[in-house]
Amino acid sequence: MRALVLLAALVAAAAGTETFVGHQVLRIVPTNDEELQMVQELQELEDLQLDFWLAPRSPGHPVDVRVPFPSLQPLKAHLEANGISYSIMIEDVQTLVDDEQMEMLRSHRRLPFSTATFDYTSYHSLDEIYAFMDLLVAENPNLVSKLEIGQSTENRPIYVLKFSKGGTNRPAIWIDTGIHSREWVTQASGVWFAKKIVLDHENDEGLASILDKMDIFLEIVTNPDGFAFTQAQNRLWRKTRSKQSGSRCVGVDPNRNWDAGFGGSGASKNPCSETYHGPYANSEPEVKAIVDFVKNHGNIKAFISIHSYSQLLLYPYGYTRTPVPHQKELHEISEKAVAALSSLYGTKYKYGSIITTIYQASGGTIDWTYNEGIKYSFTFELRDTGRYGFLLPAKFIVPTAEETWLALKVIMEHARDHPY
Amino acid sequence: DIGDVGRKYHLELVLEDVLDKDGTVNCTAEVLYHLGNKNTAPDVHFTIEGELKNTDEADNVFYNRIQSLEKELVAENIPDNHGNVSPEMEPIHLLAWAASGYVIWQNSTENTKFQLAQIKHVKQVKRSDEHLEFDYMILLHEMVSQEIIPWQMRVLWHPQHGVQVTQDSRQPKH
Repeated sequence: MRALVLLAALVAAAAGTETFVGHQVLRIVPTNDEELQMVQELQELEDLQLDFWLAPRSPGHPVDVRVPFPSLQPLKAHLEANGISYSIMIEDVQTLVDDEQMEMLRSHRRLPFSTATFDYTSYHSLDEIYAFMDLLVAENPNLVSKLEIGQSTENRPIYVLKFSKGGTNRPAIWIDTGIHSREWVTQASGVWFAKKIVLDHENDEGLASILDKMDIFLEIVTNPDGFAFTQAQNRLWRKTRSKQSGSRCVGVDPNRNWDAGFGGSGASKNPCSETYHGPYANSEPEVKAIVDFVKNHGNIKAFISIHSYSQLLLYPYGYTRTPVPHQKELHEISEKAVAALSSLYGTKYKYGSIITTIYQASGGTIDWTYNEGIKYSFTFELRDTGRYGFLLPAKFIVPTAEETWLALKVIMEHARDHPY
Repeated sequence: DIGDVGRKYHLELVLEDVLDKDGTVNCTAEVLYHLGNKNTAPDVHFTIEGELKNTDEADNVFYNRIQSLEKELVAENIPDNHGNVSPEMEPIHLLAWAASGYVIWQNSTENTKFQLAQIKHVKQVKRSDEHLEFDYMILLHEMVSQEIIPWQMRVLWHPQHGVQVTQDSRQPKH
C-alpha cells in the first residue's frame, strides 16, 4: 500500500494534456492472484490517469492499459520492482491517432456513393478511383465491365474498363491514363472520360455510332504503385516502384520499357534516372499486362496513351527519325483533333511525331503499338505548358478533360470510318 | 552556326502576362549558345516593343505586408499537391518564378528545358536594409531528362530595385 502511495506521489505533478504524445499502451499479464490484486489496485490511483483498455480479469488474462507520459516511468518502475512483466503494445499513441486522422481526412472525401455524386472537380485517391469504377459498372452493367489485366510490382490489381454494346471481340479503341504517376490531370481525366462515355453512349450520335461498331477499353490508373506513392510520399514520382538489383534507386520509366528500339538513345541505363528503361523490355508488370492484353485481343485499331504536361498531340516514332509509313494520315488526323480540342476553350496544342516535336525517346508505348499494327497510335500531353506543370490545380481537370474528349472523338471517329 | 563560337538563334516571341491573358507584348531576342564550355550561360540580347504593365501598386502592397509581419515568413509546398496557391502566397510564388528564370538562364544549354515545378520551402531572411530577402528551396523540372532537380537560391527584392539572385546552388537529388 505504501508503495502505491509513493507511486501516486511520484506522479502528482502530472499535467493533464489534451494529446496523447508519448503515451504508451502496456500489456500486463498477471500470473497469480497476488499480481492480479496489485494490478487491480492500480485502477484506484486516479493521479496516474491510467486508462484500462482491457480491465484486469483473472490470472493469465492480459490487461491492456494506456499510460500517460508522466506516469510511464513510475509505473514501469513499480511493475519491475514487483516482478510483474509487461510489454509495450503501442510505443506512441499519438502517432496512431495522427495516422488515423490523415486516413479519415482522405476518406472524409469518402468512398463515393454513386457516380452522380462523385466529385469530378477534385483529385482522388487510388481507393476512391477504384470504388468509382465499381460503381460505374454496377450502375451500367449492360455497357461497362471491369477487367483485371494484371498486378503491379506491389501486387495492386491493374484494372481496365470495357465499354461495349455487344458483339464478340469487336475492333477496339484503347485509352490509358496515369502511366506516369505524377501526371495527375490524366488519371482525373480518365475518370471523367469513363463517366462521359456512359452519359453520352445513347444520345451522342458520334459516340453511339462508334460503340455500335467498336469497343472502348479505358485504363485509368496504369501505374497504381506510382500513383499511391505520389499520394503517400513524393508527389513528383514518375516511374514504377520496382526494386532494381545492384542499386538503391527504385523504379523504371514505363514509357521507356516497351519493345520498340528498347535500350537505344532516348532512354537511360541508369536505374536512378527518371528515364531508366529497365533491365529488359516488358520487365515491368504494368507494361507486360498491356502487352499481353493487346496481343491476346488482337483487334485493337486505335491506341491512345495520355500524359501531361506540354499540350501536344504526338504520333510515332520517338526512337528513330525514320517517319512512319502512315505519317501523312496521322498528321492530318492530328491537325483535325487539335482543332477540335482548341474549339472549346482556345487551348493551343502543337502536334507531330514524338522525335521531331518533343525529343528522342526509345522504348515508348506507341512506337510498340504502331509496330504491332495499330495504325492509329497517338500520345497526348495535356495541360498546361509549365505554369503549374504536374501540379495542375483541380479546377482545370474538367475543362482539360472536356477539350481532350473532343480530340479523342476525332481519332475514334476516324478509326470507325476507316476500318482496316 | 557561328564558326568556333557557337550557335545563335534569332527569336520573335510574344510575351503574355500570366496575370492578365490579354496583356501581350512583342519581343525579339538573340540567344547565343557557346560551343565547348557548357558552364557559361548563353548570351541573351532582347528588345521589348512597347512597355510592360506598371505593377507599383501591387508591389507596394506586398512589400508593406511582408515588412509588417511580426515574424519572418516561412512557407512550404507552393503550389501544394493539388496545385493550390493561397492568395497570400501568390506573390512569393511569382517572385520564385522570376528568380528561377535567372537560375534557369544560367544553367541552360541547347539540350535543356527547365520549368519551376514547386517551391519546397521558403524562409524570409531578416535584413537591416530596406530589401526583402528570401531563401528558397525550389524544384526544377527538366523536360528532356525528366529529372526533378532541387535547387537552393537566395533572392533579394525591392519594389524599385527589382529581383536579384545573390546566391544559388544545385542540391543533390535525395
